[in-house]
Amino acid sequence: MAARFDLWTTLTEPLIRQNPVTLQILGICSALAVTTSLATALTMSISLTVVLTLAAVLISLIRRHIPDTIRLIVQIVIVASLVIVIDQVLQAYFAEISRALSIYVSLITTNCLVLGRTEAYARHHAPGPAAVDAFGNGLGYSLILLIIGGVRELFGRGQLFGWQVMPLADQGGWFTPLSLMLLAPSAFFLLGGLVWAIRALLPEQAEAPEHEPPTEVRAAE
Amino acid sequence: MAETEGNPWRRFLALPNESRTKTLVMAFLVAAVCALMVSGATVLLRPIQAANRAAEEQARIEALVRGIPGMADLLQQSGGTLSTVVIDLEDGRAAQDVTPATLNAALADTGNWTALEAGTDLAGLGQRPDYAQIFLLRQGDDISLVLLPMTGKGYGGRIDAILAIEGDMNTIAGIAITNHSETPGLGGRIEDSSWQSAFPGTQLYDDGGELRFNVARGEASTDYQVDGITGATRTTRGISNMVRFWLGPEGYGPLIAAIQRGEF
Repeated sequence: MAARFDLWTTLTEPLIRQNPVTLQILGICSALAVTTSLATALTMSISLTVVLTLAAVLISLIRRHIPDTIRLIVQIVIVASLVIVIDQVLQAYFAEISRALSIYVSLITTNCLVLGRTEAYARHHAPGPAAVDAFGNGLGYSLILLIIGGVRELFGRGQLFGWQVMPLADQGGWFTPLSLMLLAPSAFFLLGGLVWAIRALLPEQAEAPEHEPPTEVRAAE
Repeated sequence: MAETEGNPWRRFLALPNESRTKTLVMAFLVAAVCALMVSGATVLLRPIQAANRAAEEQARIEALVRGIPGMADLLQQSGGTLSTVVIDLEDGRAAQDVTPATLNAALADTGNWTALEAGTDLAGLGQRPDYAQIFLLRQGDDISLVLLPMTGKGYGGRIDAILAIEGDMNTIAGIAITNHSETPGLGGRIEDSSWQSAFPGTQLYDDGGELRFNVARGEASTDYQVDGITGATRTTRGISNMVRFWLGPEGYGPLIAAIQRGEF
């Protein structure tokens, strides 16, 4: 009973409380780059979750036999191979989306999130919990990507999954798209806003300030 | 038996992780397994990826043909699937070593052009390419429409057109003028759909297989003619000669014969 409870927390912790993107600020490069539409964000999320889970299981299986001196390169080789396989599958079955994602699928290899989970968790745990932890982290990443992707597509084009939700002004509707939403800076704003919102709700996530603001303002004069 | 086989592996696994042998063997094993996985995926999925790329190319060409005024409606009515073939004009068969992708490169080589003698050069081209890209519309296994690009010489310069012929290889389904520099209002009226509308239904060959098509001077009087354009004699003669040249033995003649034999 206790074990099952543990698995459940392992799975749900990374969704909000230990979210890899908003708390650990990992993997934001792709989170910024592929969130211009929900479809690409979803594909990226699924790809990353699959890669992360498979990599965690594989590494956890051989965890007792990975020599410490080459453990990072062993992990990267495994992750990179999985990424190539996923990339090939996407190119074969989802050619259009694969083109939209361009190099970001290949860049999953260098996503700190993947190496972070395999290094920090899968290397010390049995395949079962490692898979659950990786899957949970993948879901946490996906959640953030989908939120940002959804907001960007909705306000940038008035669409969700390519379906027109808000009629555009130049097609006789009322909505004027905010083209800023489709540019990279908007992802920074949204991600920043999201981090702020989550930390406002869960104050224990806030980091201790690195610098104390000066108390004596007049001293500068 | 199993023990002797299992032993070296067990002994290897029991080695301390930091031993040099284990480090090297682990690195090799991981690399080998990963290499196998990657090459396996690539080899297995390559046919599907190639099919995807071909479909993409197909869609691009379809968009190209549909973008030509007059052809879109024609394709809509005929239905079926459009395919692109590069043919060797010499023998009227699909070219072996030239694909739509490499056609432009092949035509940049003057070796792939044939000079035309004065007697056969109806269209006034001087030379013609040995390869041409044509479009076939199929319904099931039967060809329902053939789109033949052709080039001729009008009054003001070169005329580019696409002639659509029905599956019987005798009835014109339509014509699209893709490029010309004829006098606006006179020869330029070859662009008008009112003039082009005379083409559908016009016959090319008589019962004896003789090419009879031409553009009439004035009004068409036979099944093989379309109306001329008043004041644009040279333009209409240019169109007439263009069609007659390209459907003749130096043009698509061998191809048409091959399609009639059912070779496509």
